[in-house]
Amino acid sequence: MRLVTAVIKPFRLQEVQEALRSAGVVGMTVSEVHGYGRQRGHTEVYRGAEYRVDFVPKVRIEVVCEDEEAERVVETIESTARTGKIGDGKIWVVAVEELVRVRTGERGAAAV
Amino acid sequence: MPHYNSGDTAWVLASAALVLFMTPGLAIFYGGMVRRKNVLAMLMQNFVTMAIVCLAWVWFSYSLAFGPDWGGLGLLGDLRFAALSHISSAVPGMAHQSIPQLAFVAFQMMFAVITAALLTGSSADRLGFAAFCIFVLVWSVVVYDPIAHWVFSPEGWLAKRGTEDFAGGTVVEITSGVSGATLALVVGPRRGWPHELMRPHNVPLSVLGAGILWFGWLGFNAGSALSAGRAVDAFINTNTATAAALLSWLLVEKLRDGRPTTLGAASGAVAGAVGITPACGFVNTVGATVIGLVAGAACALAVSLKFKLEVDDSLDVLAVHGVGGFIGTLMVGFFGVSAVNGANGLFYGGGFALLGRQALAVVVAVGWAFCATAAVAWAVHKVVGMRVGPEEELAGLDVSLHEESAYDFESLTNSGLSARAFMPSPPSRAPAEKD
Repeated sequence: MRLVTAVIKPFRLQEVQEALRSAGVVGMTVSEVHGYGRQRGHTEVYRGAEYRVDFVPKVRIEVVCEDEEAERVVETIESTARTGKIGDGKIWVVAVEELVRVRTGERGAAAV
Repeated sequence: MPHYNSGDTAWVLASAALVLFMTPGLAIFYGGMVRRKNVLAMLMQNFVTMAIVCLAWVWFSYSLAFGPDWGGLGLLGDLRFAALSHISSAVPGMAHQSIPQLAFVAFQMMFAVITAALLTGSSADRLGFAAFCIFVLVWSVVVYDPIAHWVFSPEGWLAKRGTEDFAGGTVVEITSGVSGATLALVVGPRRGWPHELMRPHNVPLSVLGAGILWFGWLGFNAGSALSAGRAVDAFINTNTATAAALLSWLLVEKLRDGRPTTLGAASGAVAGAVGITPACGFVNTVGATVIGLVAGAACALAVSLKFKLEVDDSLDVLAVHGVGGFIGTLMVGFFGVSAVNGANGLFYGGGFALLGRQALAVVVAVGWAFCATAAVAWAVHKVVGMRVGPEEELAGLDVSLHEESAYDFESLTNSGLSARAFMPSPPSRAPAEKD
């Protein structure tokens, strides 16, 4: 099993969610996060004074899937989250050692 | 029993209520501009100012400001009206007024409240609560009451010299602006200022607050006519200048920063209302529009002044109220027109006489606010220490002074459910054991 984690622009979340659902992904976890990459932060001006805001709001999506599905999940997120502008985010994939469905106690791929 | 005019009395009482509402409006305006951890402390300072100054006013401040002049020097009233005794007579020097003195007491009380409340913007995020309460009481009596007597009481020495200040450009605006900056100078900057980020935490609150101020200001200025019939000039001029200043502040931002901002619109409206305050009953539409435009632009430019002066006047009370009051008071000397009220200014054939009187009032107000506030702030700071400790300031005043937090947004730490779970000792009377 793989854990696909994506950090994307918040306003792309709905499209990504729809696309993943169409691609057969049945569950995900999202969280609101703050951070920066090459985009760096942005500036805001209040009463003429300029403030640098380093951490910009992002959405983190986490999806656990079977090994062979991971590439499709990544591609789906990649193509729907992309705007082509700086700050589109990152996606990374790590191996998952164990997975448990809490309700039934199912283990491994059956718990996906 | 003198014949009171019911229309005038009703208008002044309604105006008093409008002006009272300005202080919570100011609290919201300022509360939005401070950091999230300090918003309750800001609201609290303003709210408690309403209580402290109102009580002081009825017990002795009103008498000091508007009581019969002490020794004929025009410096301070005596204590004849202390605790509102002997109040059935007319206000000294205002025998012609068509309203009962108590209506005037109520109306002027709200002016004393909001002037003191304005100082909270300069010293935001760093004062201890008890120290603030002591300061605001002493300041209101020592600094505000005398200058209110000088300008607002017909027996005051500036009023006798013909200063024209319709609703408090000197008494309220210059006094609060200069006093606020002086207080900030005495207590020092917020920890980390100006290098650390201190972004407004809730701009919508500030916009709502500015809207409440705009609304209340119509009572503040038009109520100062003390008559329903003469209120209309002040009413329409106040609204006109406020609108003009909102636009000119935005124009400055567009040219200087590239973008007009929401907080700029809110600030511009306040700057315009400040600017027209001394002039609202003395000018026509041309004067009101020009005063608004100039006040909005000048205050928008003045907000960077605090970085040059290195005084952390946190929410720009000097830049908005000091500068706006300064401009408005002087502009009466140019745009005053006797067809409305008062004397002609320079542009209406009155020569330099009125302008000179206005300039004197400005100099006196600035000098008095600076010296007297420096003395009061220094004394209170020496005796009780006005600042909270570094840890308290870092944690935020809401938690460290009041053990409250303004928002329940963090679902894990602040929701009702888990707050109970984290409570160190359960309440001694759980609901089940009630019977």
